[in-house]
Amino acid sequence: MIYSLLVVSSPASGGCTQTASGFARSLLTRGHSIHRVFFLDAGTDTGAATAVFPQDEVDRLQPWVELAEQHAVELILCISSALKRGMLDQAEANRHDRVAATIHPAFTISGLGQLVDATANSDRLVTFGG
Amino acid sequence: MTSAGKKSVLIVIRHSPYGSSLARASLDTALAAAAFEQPVQLLFMGDGVLQLLANQDSKAIGARNMGSLLSSLPLYDINSVYVDAEAGLRYGVDLSRAPVATKALAGSEIHQLMSSFDHLLGF
Repeated sequence: MIYSLLVVSSPASGGCTQTASGFARSLLTRGHSIHRVFFLDAGTDTGAATAVFPQDEVDRLQPWVELAEQHAVELILCISSALKRGMLDQAEANRHDRVAATIHPAFTISGLGQLVDATANSDRLVTFGG
Repeated sequence: MTSAGKKSVLIVIRHSPYGSSLARASLDTALAAAAFEQPVQLLFMGDGVLQLLANQDSKAIGARNMGSLLSSLPLYDINSVYVDAEAGLRYGVDLSRAPVATKALAGSEIHQLMSSFDHLLGF
């Protein structure tokens, strides 16, 4: 079955993004495919390359990076949500004259059309957070 | 967009209009779906019914007026807007004066409605 995931909560608050990355990994283990993971609103914090998690907590970025790098899972940050939270790739940092890119290269910044596309091309869309 | 069969989407809106940026995100998602000609309908539940208050004025807090945004839904061919009747009553929202025409549903009707869509997007 083809799944897409929608993540709307920040990894800095609650366990939603961990649940989402664990769910994604389980899907792949069971032979399902993931069309896309779309991060909206506070969920776009997930892409922060600069976040530092306390040593006694698990890293919330690495599971996503592994999904992208080892399983080619597409990770999209909603552009309007991302920009106002300072989540920038190099192109956006240049465009808006900011000092640095802040997102991990495993993530891509794009528009809400990618979420609409995910609903059209997936058998199941599962929302995390909110 | 890649080509695919259309899937019906119900966006379930549960956040008050100015307490969370998710309120705006849910409507933006609805408008995006309509722009890509995907069939989309809305259901307001819980705190979300506060988005349907008449005469909203958000100038003082510097936020986009959610009432104005809602009143533009018919322009995007989003004409099916449902509301949890019980939540509307609890919050005292006069649905006859809401920024967009709604259909109030009882609990069992909400269950039926939700069952009839390919996807639920809950905000």
